[in-house]
Amino acid sequence: MLQDILVTGLVNGGVYALLAIGFSLVFGVARIVNIAHTAFYMLAAYCFYTLLTRTGLGVAASGAIAVAAVTLLSVVCYRLVIEPVREHEAAVLIATIALGLIFQELMLVAYGGSFLGIPSAVEGVVSVAGVSVPYQRLLILVVAAAVLVATWLVLYRTRLGLAIRATANDLEVANLMGMNVHRVAMATVAISVALAAIAGVAVAPVFVVDPFMWLAPLVTVLAIVVLGGLGSLKGSLIGALVIGYVEAITVFALPKGAFLKGAVALSIMVVVLLVRPEGLFGVAFEEER
Amino acid sequence: MLRTVALAVAAILAAPAALAQETIKIAVLGPMAFVQGENHWAGAEMARDEINKAGGISMGGKKLKIELLRVDTNEIQSVPDATNAMERAITRDKADYVIGGFRSEATLAMQEVAMDNKKLFLGCGAADAKLGANVEKDYARYKYWFRITPLNSPGLGRTIFAVLGDIAAQIRRDLKKEMPKVAILAEKVMWTEALVAAAQANLPKMKMEVVGVWQPSPVSTDVTAELAAIDRTGADMVFTILSGPVGIVVGRQMGERKMKAIAFGINVEAQKDGFWQATAGKANFLATLDTYAEVEMTPTTVAFVKAFKERFKRSPTYNAGTYDAIGLLKEAIEKAGSRDADKLVPVIEKMTYVGTGAILEFDKAHDPVWGIGKDTGIAVQWQDGQKVPFWPGQVKGMKPFKLPGM
Repeated sequence: MLQDILVTGLVNGGVYALLAIGFSLVFGVARIVNIAHTAFYMLAAYCFYTLLTRTGLGVAASGAIAVAAVTLLSVVCYRLVIEPVREHEAAVLIATIALGLIFQELMLVAYGGSFLGIPSAVEGVVSVAGVSVPYQRLLILVVAAAVLVATWLVLYRTRLGLAIRATANDLEVANLMGMNVHRVAMATVAISVALAAIAGVAVAPVFVVDPFMWLAPLVTVLAIVVLGGLGSLKGSLIGALVIGYVEAITVFALPKGAFLKGAVALSIMVVVLLVRPEGLFGVAFEEER
Repeated sequence: MLRTVALAVAAILAAPAALAQETIKIAVLGPMAFVQGENHWAGAEMARDEINKAGGISMGGKKLKIELLRVDTNEIQSVPDATNAMERAITRDKADYVIGGFRSEATLAMQEVAMDNKKLFLGCGAADAKLGANVEKDYARYKYWFRITPLNSPGLGRTIFAVLGDIAAQIRRDLKKEMPKVAILAEKVMWTEALVAAAQANLPKMKMEVVGVWQPSPVSTDVTAELAAIDRTGADMVFTILSGPVGIVVGRQMGERKMKAIAFGINVEAQKDGFWQATAGKANFLATLDTYAEVEMTPTTVAFVKAFKERFKRSPTYNAGTYDAIGLLKEAIEKAGSRDADKLVPVIEKMTYVGTGAILEFDKAHDPVWGIGKDTGIAVQWQDGQKVPFWPGQVKGMKPFKLPGM
């Protein structure tokens, strides 16, 4: 049973990490709580599904177009919906909830409530320590690792990354130094949503595509970023693994309580908020910046 | 001259009244953005068109035309939306009868609204036994409720255990396993509770070993941990009790993991034509209870399924039982010679109605009576992209159940 928990927790943690990184990034550097984050992930999954099944494009081309299209849409949404109210955190929260619900209803109208499936990019299973793991899930782990490294490189090895971190550190000073803070925020939103879209494309083949697929991960992602520390990429990764393992342990130790795995994750979030409100790595990230 | 003109004017004025035909309004309630609601509506439309084309419902020398109201309950997302929809259909749209419902929690709430208004409510979706138990408990209030489809949860249980017994016999014979191991995988919602308890009690008596019970959320997007745990037990069968999208996830992930265990039970998503696509073709050998296939369950089943497929380009799901609900209503009105719900109730209670999915007779709870040759439902298995009916074996048109690797 131990090897089952180790392998299942790692694989599921990888899926969650992919989703949590972008959410954490946009809050950490742009201070935008984008509740529509997982709705963009849902849109990317639909876009990928449509291109793959109705146009005859291959997996790579469909995935690339889906990510690009959703990222472009996020920029439009930022300019039209988020930027005008950005100074007011509560308004941003409400505006992004509205965006998520609008996307959900639009997909419901366009595709109906049917559950759609996308073929795996890589077929087959591999046995890891006696546990069967589909190749598609290993691919997600690889994509999650690559995305983490790429995000770190962009933030810490490019001029754009420097501008993003400077803006996050002190918006007023960055503005006075001549940086276009709105453009920097827009770029951050675009990078964050691109990460969500990559997650949508990578994860869709192992999940089911439907208009409500953004809600369950939203709750889990919130738990992860609170656990890891809002804004901390390292924290998101570790938070994702912790939640992945907690869920696996819940299912293995308490089969009849498998439905409680989400509740257990949320309970951890509440405990962390009470004991260490900044999360596991919140402070370290502040210092790092 | 003046008199002739006056008569002509009077005749013209009177004409619309004479031509206007009496109608009955039937509200079809379901989650219309979803497959369940689409089938509610499709079945009702077929019944309306056929009955109206044949002249309508005969009552006291008059012919009544059927008028349908399409009412979106949004019940998959919100129970309050469902009760509001029922209230609106009855009070604002003045529906004479209400049919449909899908989610048990929502249907129970809608039942209250319909009973408050003494409206005949013919259920075509919810299985929870409490809907019928209400009739037994307080007949005067709940007598207007009848369940057309599916069977109530104990009835579904009887069918499931009958099919499980047959599959277990096949495993004993073909795989030489005297005591097949069964893992119960049931979503955690109200209607599954009785079935889980019954399975735990009955399967050992049927010489099957229950290796555990796993209860994911009905909207779970991932059951890898559950399936890994089931795999570890060496289960020969996964007894599924699933109505939500988790049914697709189970089908797909069992296929991806190349599990040796065979899945059978209730998997509502697996009843739909789109299931094979939704699981990306991974759900080979998965089996589920179902209602419709081109087999002779009743004398009208094959013709109905063919006509439905031709018109809507897809197979009917059990929610298309609205077709039978309207057919039964027509027969009841014609027998009673009245459209009054209080007069229809005793007529329906005594009726034997040959529907397309079952031969309907009602017990004291106004639930369909279970019985081979009456109402059992069927069992189907996904075989290479095709939904193949295999149970009850004695019905003409059934095909063999297949075990993986045999």
